Amino acid sequence: MSEAQEFKYIGQRTVRPDGFDKVTGRAAYGADLTLPGMIWGKTLRSPHAHAKIRSIDISKAEAHPDVMAVATFKDFVTLQSESIAAGEGSADVLDLAKNCLADDKVLYHGHAIAAIAARTEQAAKDALSLIEVKYELLKPVMDVEDAMKEDAVVLHDDMFTAGYEEKPARASNIATRVEMKMGDVDAGFADADVIVEREFRTPTAHQGYIEPHACTVTYDEDGQSMIWCCTQGHFDVRTSTAKVLGMELSKLKVVASEIGGGFGGKTVIYQEPVALILSKKSGRPVKMVMDRDEVFIATGPTSAAKLKAKVGIKKDGTITAMQGWMAYEAGAFKGSPMMPGVMTMFTPYDCPNVLVEGFDVVVNKSKVAAYRAPGAPQAEYAAEMVINELAEKLGMDPIDLRLKNAAKEGTQTIYGPKLKKVGLVECLEAAKNSPHYQSALPEGQGRGLAAGFWFNVGGQSSVTVNMNTDGTGTIVEGSPDIGGSRASMQMMAAEVLQIEPKHLKPIIADTENLPYSQGTGGSRTTFATGMAVIEASEKVVAQVKERAAAVWNVTAEQVDYADGVVRNTAGEDSMTLAEVCKGAEKTGGQISGSANINARGAGPSFAVHICDVAVDQETGKVDVTRYTAIQDAGKAIHPGYVEGQLQGGAVQGIGWALNEEYIFNEDGVMENPGFLDYRIPLASDLPMIETIIVEVPNAFHPYGVRGVGESGIIPPLGAVGYAVGNAIDRKVEELPCSPPRVLALIQNG
Amino acid sequence: MAKTHVTTSINGEPQEFLCEPGDTLLDVLRNDLNMTGTKEGCGSGDCGACSVTLNGRLVCSCLVLGVEVEGAEVGTIEGVSSGDGLHVIQEKFLEHAALQCGICTPGIIVSTKALLEENPNPTEEEARYYLAGNLCRCTGYDKIIRAVMDSAETLRGGA
Ligand code: FES
Ligand code: FES
Repeated sequence: MSEAQEFKYIGQRTVRPDGFDKVTGRAAYGADLTLPGMIWGKTLRSPHAHAKIRSIDISKAEAHPDVMAVATFKDFVTLQSESIAAGEGSADVLDLAKNCLADDKVLYHGHAIAAIAARTEQAAKDALSLIEVKYELLKPVMDVEDAMKEDAVVLHDDMFTAGYEEKPARASNIATRVEMKMGDVDAGFADADVIVEREFRTPTAHQGYIEPHACTVTYDEDGQSMIWCCTQGHFDVRTSTAKVLGMELSKLKVVASEIGGGFGGKTVIYQEPVALILSKKSGRPVKMVMDRDEVFIATGPTSAAKLKAKVGIKKDGTITAMQGWMAYEAGAFKGSPMMPGVMTMFTPYDCPNVLVEGFDVVVNKSKVAAYRAPGAPQAEYAAEMVINELAEKLGMDPIDLRLKNAAKEGTQTIYGPKLKKVGLVECLEAAKNSPHYQSALPEGQGRGLAAGFWFNVGGQSSVTVNMNTDGTGTIVEGSPDIGGSRASMQMMAAEVLQIEPKHLKPIIADTENLPYSQGTGGSRTTFATGMAVIEASEKVVAQVKERAAAVWNVTAEQVDYADGVVRNTAGEDSMTLAEVCKGAEKTGGQISGSANINARGAGPSFAVHICDVAVDQETGKVDVTRYTAIQDAGKAIHPGYVEGQLQGGAVQGIGWALNEEYIFNEDGVMENPGFLDYRIPLASDLPMIETIIVEVPNAFHPYGVRGVGESGIIPPLGAVGYAVGNAIDRKVEELPCSPPRVLALIQNG
Repeated sequence: MAKTHVTTSINGEPQEFLCEPGDTLLDVLRNDLNMTGTKEGCGSGDCGACSVTLNGRLVCSCLVLGVEVEGAEVGTIEGVSSGDGLHVIQEKFLEHAALQCGICTPGIIVSTKALLEENPNPTEEEARYYLAGNLCRCTGYDKIIRAVMDSAETLRGGA
């Protein structure tokens, strides 16, 4: 793409095509489908964090007149350990199945054990008490450091740490150890004038989508089945469910409902295969909707982490060495986002000497799921806190320090490639010139600033653009629309077809109407699915030209297409797109274009946030008084929804930094599984979130797009954490900065 | 257990239903009357996704029993737009991109309508506190507050 593209529709603030349904309550979400004869399923969950299951007796439940089916782990097909694509990474099928319904052990408070289907939701809930489970209690392992100890109780006796040259002699809670390095950190630290080294902790936090997981399913006698559910990736729901139930993909249709938030958490299966078992056994459609407490105790939080960061710097501000260590909780089964943590930790900096070590550790908490830039916020929090402290020590402006060391085109990353063109310097400059940074900090408040890096991903997207006989069209895509992406798809197709966006209707097809498409996650949709939309639309234009050329008896090269009109450059003829579509019947059949791509070249998006806080010295309560989020979008297709991503990410990060955390009692039981006690930010907690969109085009996307969904959740942890420390003149190490913790810091120094 | 017969009015239309003593108004709306515009985010009065009006007062329908609406006037998201199109508040939410996933949107629009009927000229702070019972995890509230303030201005006759 060229640097200065002129756009007709891209960059406008159009009204989203699915908006009407969403403001009137007509849009159908996960829990909104009812089928004739439908019954309800409910899940029995473990009251214990760690126990062997001695026996499960379902006979009383099965005999009860209200109960129409009961499911346990035994109903899954016999499974072999096998890694499959799931969520934003891979998972072992056996672990997936054991997480849906426990096998011989419960591994966390809330672990599903059995499920019952009955005529009403209440009847199903009531009947759960008829299932008798005998447990042999085990000591719960609730903390990453405890879990790593030599004498720790081991969750899985067949788990041996991967990442060492020799297989360890003993099973361990450490699933994997990773080390990445470049240069020579020892030499780098020897060169440094100032070194800061600190330890940090971040809590277990939840994605907190407002819509609980929900599905309605049918299993027909001939083996054809259907799942309607709220998911970020219905093709992956199909793969995982078919695997654990031993089904052919052609027998299982998955329909993505509208989705009420996901943030990475709705990328894995929980109830879907269980509901299908219940449907098969009862011969009825089955609906399962989680209660809010089930969402907290049994679905994807993100990893609590313990981290260390050490950075050396010369007096002039040149960073000479960076070293990190991190241990991430995976929850009950291996697979924390430790790896992206290792890869992103120091990537905003151009430093030749870097060493990072990471551990993926199982504990007795629910299995973590992806959460917006999975793994990066924790690691980059540790790094940014230390960078800020170094700036303070040197008496250097924190933006200048970052500018001096900023990663740019050609910077070597720790994970292999050199960076292509990126916009960190531009974001830092925009931050420096922002009204917020230019304004004086109000008396008594604290200010913090942090940068964030996320790779962004591409991947597989399938799209078909079907033209109607009146010149309007349908964009058939496979990426669930979680935050307004239909609007972007519509605008990108409109840009190619040169007709108004409103004449194009984007729809999310089910798994039978398109080839495989990866889920919405990793900030890939506007980039990758957008690329497929552009390619499919270009194929439509090519056909339109060919048809017109045939009518005029010229070659397609002699035909021009602009503003929705084809013109014969060798004569006077012209036809509108609508006329070509209308005549398609006589020129070779209807017109459509498909593109099934595996997009490469996702451009990283850097973010820089600035935060001011006021701290109540008596209660320790922190108020964010001003906040600015700056981010490189490459090209903002719909600036309104890009700003929305920046603001939403910032506020989730603010919640994580200030209040959100799982609280467990000594038995490993979560004590705050509700929105009253797990406190996400409210409207009354926040100021307006100022945004600055920086546009450094990504050369690998026709319009320059970089994904914007994820980077925004990274900087808040460091920006807020540092601002709080700045306001109370203390060193913040542990998040969240909740009132009791801040008060303790104020009082104890 | 015997079901109770309830006669009520929903969005100005007479309505009758049978409900179990333990069923909430939210259960009745969604499961018996198939009015799924009202959403459930928590079932415990903490998220506001289930916001409706009961005799003009804003309530969480998950905290009201179905039997309690006998003889009452219930207002839901389905009644906000009229036959002639969207309500100003709905239009402003779309214009300002004040929704991402949209699951909180019906509840927030019902609450905003209640706010502006009570207080046609709220300050930003008043709007933020009035909507403090409506959680939105996607937007960070910025665009929601802009849509609310713009709706208020438009409804006051500024536009
Ligand atoms: S569902 Fe009623 S307040 Fe959340
Ligand atoms: S738009 Fe998703 S919760 Fe508000």
